[in-house]
Amino acid sequence: MLQSYVPILILLVLATGFALISILLATFIGPRHPNTRKLSPYESGMTPIGPAMRRYPVRFYLVAVLFILFDIEIIFFFPWALIFRQLGFFGLVEIMVFILILLVGYAYVWKKGALDWE
Amino acid sequence: MFDLVVLVILLPLLGVIVNAFFGRRLGERWVSYIGPGAVGLSFLVALILVLSLAGLPVDQRHHETILWTWIPIGNFQVDLGFLLDPLSAVMILIITGVGFLIHIYSVGYMHGDPRFARYFTYLNLFVASMLTLVLGNNFLVLFMGWELVGLCSYLLIGFWFERVSASDAAVKAFVVNRIGDFGFILGVMLIWTTFGTLHFTEVFEAAEKSLQSGAPVAIAITLLLLIGATGKSAQIPLYVWLPDAMAGPTPVSALIHAATMVTAGVYMMARSHVLFELAPFTGQVVAWIGAATALLAASIGVAQYDIKKVLAYSTVSQLGFMVAAAGMGAFGAAMFHLTTHAFFKGLLFLGAGSVIHGVHDEQDMRKMGGLRSSMPTTFWTFVVAALALAGIPPLSGFFSKDEILATASSQNIGIYLLLTIAAFLTAFYIGRQVLMVFFGQARSDVHAHESPRVMTIPLIVLAVFAAIAGFFNLPGVGSFSGWLGEQAGELNLAVAAISTLLALAGLGLAWLLYGRSPVQQDQRDPLAVRLGPVFTLLERKWYVDEIVDLTIARPFKALCSFLAGEMDLGIVDGFVNGVAWLVSLFSRWLRTIQTGFVRSYALAMLLGAVLLIVYVATR
Amino acid sequence: MNLPDYNFTALTPALILSLWAILILLVDLLFGERIQRWLSWLTVAGLLVTGASALSLWNVRAEGFSGMVVLDNFAIVVTVIAMIAGILAVLLSSDYLVDRDLFRPEYFALMLFSITGILLLASGRNLIMLFLGLELLSIPLYVLTGFARPDVQSEEAAMKYFLLGALASSFLVYGIALTYGATGSTDLLKIRDALQNVQVITSTLTLGGLILILVGFGFKVAAVPFHMWTPDVYQGAPTPITAYMSVGAKAGGFAALLRIMYVAFPQIASYWTGALVLLAIATLVVGNLLAIQQSSLKRLLAYSSIAHAGYILVGLAAGNNRGVAGALFYLLAYAFTNLGAFGIMIALSKKGEEADSIESYAGLSSRQPWLALAMTVFMLSLTGVPLTAGLVGKIFVFSAAAEAGLWTLLIVAVLTSVISAFYYLRLVVLMYMRDPINDFGTQVHLTPGVRTALALAVIGTVLLGIIPGNLIDFTNQTLAITTQTLVALVH
Repeated sequence: MLQSYVPILILLVLATGFALISILLATFIGPRHPNTRKLSPYESGMTPIGPAMRRYPVRFYLVAVLFILFDIEIIFFFPWALIFRQLGFFGLVEIMVFILILLVGYAYVWKKGALDWE
Repeated sequence: MFDLVVLVILLPLLGVIVNAFFGRRLGERWVSYIGPGAVGLSFLVALILVLSLAGLPVDQRHHETILWTWIPIGNFQVDLGFLLDPLSAVMILIITGVGFLIHIYSVGYMHGDPRFARYFTYLNLFVASMLTLVLGNNFLVLFMGWELVGLCSYLLIGFWFERVSASDAAVKAFVVNRIGDFGFILGVMLIWTTFGTLHFTEVFEAAEKSLQSGAPVAIAITLLLLIGATGKSAQIPLYVWLPDAMAGPTPVSALIHAATMVTAGVYMMARSHVLFELAPFTGQVVAWIGAATALLAASIGVAQYDIKKVLAYSTVSQLGFMVAAAGMGAFGAAMFHLTTHAFFKGLLFLGAGSVIHGVHDEQDMRKMGGLRSSMPTTFWTFVVAALALAGIPPLSGFFSKDEILATASSQNIGIYLLLTIAAFLTAFYIGRQVLMVFFGQARSDVHAHESPRVMTIPLIVLAVFAAIAGFFNLPGVGSFSGWLGEQAGELNLAVAAISTLLALAGLGLAWLLYGRSPVQQDQRDPLAVRLGPVFTLLERKWYVDEIVDLTIARPFKALCSFLAGEMDLGIVDGFVNGVAWLVSLFSRWLRTIQTGFVRSYALAMLLGAVLLIVYVATR
Repeated sequence: MNLPDYNFTALTPALILSLWAILILLVDLLFGERIQRWLSWLTVAGLLVTGASALSLWNVRAEGFSGMVVLDNFAIVVTVIAMIAGILAVLLSSDYLVDRDLFRPEYFALMLFSITGILLLASGRNLIMLFLGLELLSIPLYVLTGFARPDVQSEEAAMKYFLLGALASSFLVYGIALTYGATGSTDLLKIRDALQNVQVITSTLTLGGLILILVGFGFKVAAVPFHMWTPDVYQGAPTPITAYMSVGAKAGGFAALLRIMYVAFPQIASYWTGALVLLAIATLVVGNLLAIQQSSLKRLLAYSSIAHAGYILVGLAAGNNRGVAGALFYLLAYAFTNLGAFGIMIALSKKGEEADSIESYAGLSSRQPWLALAMTVFMLSLTGVPLTAGLVGKIFVFSAAAEAGLWTLLIVAVLTSVISAFYYLRLVVLMYMRDPINDFGTQVHLTPGVRTALALAVIGTVLLGIIPGNLIDFTNQTLAITTQTLVALVH
């Protein structure tokens, strides 16, 4: 039974090996001439102002979380969309209920002002 | 008609409800009608029931009333049911009868107490619980009463909680009794697994049928029950709570800690005598425990100054007599002594209460004296009870104690010796008490006065019973043992003569030391002068409290605080830190997040999982 | 194409409850603050409807979704327990929240979602389903624990609970994965069939999976040594949530544990009963001994809830019919009693002054005789004094242990319950045998909700103690019906 996992093992070894080898090769044979400009986060971009570990508004989290939530719900549409003909009327009702629940959530989020930036 | 037995319990319970919820509004006057009235009515009902029970032929004196199936767990069927038979009949008469008198007495004793209604609530609740205990038709109902009387006892011991000693005593009584309960519960569990039932008649039938005498399981059951009995009935090693329990109001000491509750252990052994008879080994243990307790407590009683402490140790000692009798298989004698003891010891406590009342809450006998003339009723009733306790014929104590001694003399000479010495000491300490309290000159400036009639009348009634109760079991006059279905004890004249002489000797010795030349104010106790360090040893109760504190109480407390402190924070955290230290050898980085408690919690979980896996893997 | 057997009957209670939660969100959206006062009663109505729908399916035994869920009598009993816990907690919540400016309608919706989780745990017959139920139970609870924001204690408790809960879930998932690896299925019945094979039984995968599942649910029911979060979280969370958590979360965890152990692993019963005996002993000892030391009532009740988990574990460890029925009955008795005790706390607290210090209960009987009496009833029941629900529960599980011959466990259980009297009755002694030390208890918060909850709790505690007969029949019947799937296979 364990034999069926052998390909996975091989993949695991290959993937890890590749990553390690790339990093090691780059470390050893890559030329290095560090200077101030090169060490800055964006070598040819903006000059950073202040540290990167800064507090920023919690609203970003909220929006991000909401995005993830609704984004993931979309995934559920995908299998349904593939076979919605075979599922027929029952499938339609099911997905409508699903959408309805999503809509309630959406309305809730909206009404509670989670989408307002200010 | 015997179903009316429910009424015997319900009446006091009704008193509880009325007093608890309306007591404060009703006021002292009404409460003092309702509280005693409920118990009085209950006594009447009980009396009628017992008389009609007595009218039946012997083999029909057994009536069960089943209210409903309390716990029907598959084959574990327990009814909420009551059993009226000669044994429980004796008990309910004592409980309601003596209880009624003590309730009346309490009206006078507790007069003016701000928690008057609460007092009678507790007292009525106690009577109802005690009745449940003795009337239950199975071990679980008995256990229910057992727990409830304990609860009432703690509440009443701590009734005057303003006094630190009272609440400490309540806690002590509670803890010690829990130890006894532990054995009792396990015993009941074992009965159930052995016989598949808890119903008295079924258990005893099954036991007689299926068990050989000396069967290990019978010994195990009875030993476990014995642990329960030593807790409730204050026997070695669990007697320590009873003397402290005297911090409660004196009528409580009379009712609960002399006449009724403390005899529950004896009752329980008498009830399950079939099991005890199947376990002769346990019988031996019981008899020795009882005899040793009788002697030890009597010896301590000799050297006490507190009027109630003397009586408390006396109670422990007399309970020892009953337990010893039960151990020797003389359950009739045990129950008989239980009955007479309820009268004379209840009376002694009430008398002591009357004295305490008369001298304005003084309990130290060294500050009393000469109360004979100022409190005549109290004095005369107290003397009757004291002589009964000492075993002077023809008062009740003589007959009942003598029956026990006679049994011992024919069965086990060692136990007989212990009990005889205890009887001698009993006569001595009670003589000492009477002489110190009532004779000689007053040793303080308090102006003593006789108690009101509501208190003295119960004393007189009890004195009558304390005097004549012995005839209940005198061949030709009454047949107490026969009523219980036991063989009546032979009156052993030699034993009777010896114990009477010893009782007289004890009283005489007391007279020599305390009566001939009464103790003066600030004079050292003459016995203390003669016995020296031995007296101190007795006065300090053989240092038992100190020993218990050192060997049991402190280690337990230390264990708890160890578990709370070191175990929780020290070891688990220490382990976490230790692991952290190890890990930090490999990675300083790991150590930086090794701070929060959450980590130690998580580690505990991990350890638990590992331990479980190890357990499963190695079994 | 064939559709799976979507038998919605099997999901009725859970569906009603989750829809009701959505309804509450909608009601809040539409009416806003105007209905604030009625929201808790609306929630109670939802719970009542759910309970009624569950009871109407008594003896029906509906199975659905390819055996993922099964609504048998066992599930219905657990549902009823969850409803009781939910109703009492909701009744206790409303005014508590308003008083502390914490009232947000989401509270009730979250509560209903969490209870839905219990229902899924009760009726799931697939490890995946049970995992889903556990998460549905837990995630709203994490939020609710931190509901007293910006109270730092509450936030800290939520964080701790969340982190450790996630860890416990990972144990569970790992266990499920191992079990799947060993048996090739997550369906409990198929796991059982696979375990007919001797090689599978002794495989490391099976035993490892079993233990890790045990750990996952052990966390939820607060069994030692997976209990360490309990005191902190109980103390930090808003009191009504603590009350709900102490009963609801336990009920869910135990229900799932019972079903998994009895349905999936009867072949290796000796392993898990052995492990459960160890857990039960540790839980009883640690819970009871640590409770003695507490000076905070909430922490005391936290340790006490650990201890009571131990008694329920005694029933589980017995591994027989009586044990299952006993565990269920114990949960029911505990639901009334414990929620009642927390209810008294809530009635006596006011904003900024939780009735948490045990010392402050001194002399309560003179100020609040009724509350003191009710508290006494609850404490006596927790101790296991006759005529209360607690004693019947204890007798039930103890007799199961006696039947299984687990004498060591039984002695520990009896001994610890003897010890437990010490700290429960300390409170009674304080209330009746001390004089008040401050103005505690002069003002109380007896709103209709709290009154109703306390009355229900007292009635439940006493009735279950005096005439438990009908209810025991009820739980026994549960077994009679589900025996084939649940229990008979143990031996």
